[in-house]
Amino acid sequence: MGSAWDVIPQNIGLLMDGLWLTLQLSACALVVSIPIGILLGLLRISRNRILSFLAVSYVEFVRGVPLLVLLFWIYFVLGKWLKLGPFLSGVMGLGLFSAAFIAEIVRAGIQAVPRGQMEAARSSGMSYVQAMRFIVLPQAMRKVLPPMASQFITLIKDSSLVSVISVVDLTLVAKNLVSTSFRSLEVWSFVAIMYFCITFFLSQVIRAFERRYRVSE
Amino acid sequence: MIQIKQVNKSFGSVQVLKNIDLEVPESHVFALIGPSGAGKSTLIRSINALESIQTGEIIVDGISVHEKKTNINQLRSDIGFVFQSFNLYPHLTAVENVSIAPVQVKKVPKDQAEEKAKKLLTSLGLGEKFGSYPSQLSGGQQQRVAIARALAMDPKVMLFDEPTSALDPEMIKEVLDAMRSLASTGMTMVVVTHEMGFAREICNQIVFMADGAIVEVAPPEQFFTHPKTERAKDFLSKVLNH
Repeated sequence: MGSAWDVIPQNIGLLMDGLWLTLQLSACALVVSIPIGILLGLLRISRNRILSFLAVSYVEFVRGVPLLVLLFWIYFVLGKWLKLGPFLSGVMGLGLFSAAFIAEIVRAGIQAVPRGQMEAARSSGMSYVQAMRFIVLPQAMRKVLPPMASQFITLIKDSSLVSVISVVDLTLVAKNLVSTSFRSLEVWSFVAIMYFCITFFLSQVIRAFERRYRVSE
Repeated sequence: MIQIKQVNKSFGSVQVLKNIDLEVPESHVFALIGPSGAGKSTLIRSINALESIQTGEIIVDGISVHEKKTNINQLRSDIGFVFQSFNLYPHLTAVENVSIAPVQVKKVPKDQAEEKAKKLLTSLGLGEKFGSYPSQLSGGQQQRVAIARALAMDPKVMLFDEPTSALDPEMIKEVLDAMRSLASTGMTMVVVTHEMGFAREICNQIVFMADGAIVEVAPPEQFFTHPKTERAKDFLSKVLNH
């Protein structure tokens, strides 16, 4: 007679595949959302009213729609049309969703950098773009590390929702495993711990970054 | 070097600059003094277009500052600006603060720019502080780094907007000394200041402003001993007799 927990080692390959997919999906969504989020954040504070209106509209709209609905829409509407498939639909859905939140974080970070920094940079002959890139954004990014970290952690947790559009991530592997083995307690406990391990590891990494940057504050 | 012609500026219904006319010849040092709210800071900030103007013209080294066609970034790289609150870049070391504009704007190779930054910092008595971040420096040291940062671009003109007003009294001297030796090199300078002793000793002309207008322009000896206008007499009696 084996233990009820044997279901985990017996299926560890499957679970690891699911975990690996969750990590890939989250990483890809992150790579999509950071540049889009920064760009939206910059447009949001732009003096060009049309650009800032577009950015505000995007942020407000995406934040006002549940991620689940956004994922369905991208998978069943946009995805069918562009032939994206589940994985890319998931990446796009998560990435575009997360970008709206990152945009707000970046905007707040930029506005927290004193005006004198931009003035000093501009008065030395730097263009607006140079001043943003070398002076304002590096300072803004340091200020936004903590909220950014919790956004990344949210992103990893939200990635479990892609299981509904048939991406075989950790959550969907678990769900399938439960329906064949009937070991709910064991499988879901294990999966919960897996998610926790990833997010805890990530928050430690970011804390280390914060410590490193504190010297120059 | 700097010509200011009939400059006007309003914030809403408040006129902060009224018909300003002023000419600063090359290698001269002008002090802008006057009560707070007189428009001194607005005027000096409009010389490198940190403030816009509504009418009139400002010409620096033959180039009209507020003309739309002017390449403002290029012009600003010829005008050094020192702020009251230093505005050093907190995420960069002293050397990086000084060398970043030459590297990014003038495309000077990094090692060359840093070499020059070190020379400038050393000449300003900051030879030990190359790798320090602004938060590790005193106010006086920060302001000297800011002066080095402005000088690194080889400016033709240096503008100082109340450079010692945010400093503790014992640090004012080190900054004024730096400005004094800069003036002796023949740099064209405009200084908004409340340091009357400094203005008197170093400056070629005192420009007295009140309520957005230039009230009196005179050499320091004449201005401080025989001010012509009542407004200037009143101001001097308040700042000198205490």
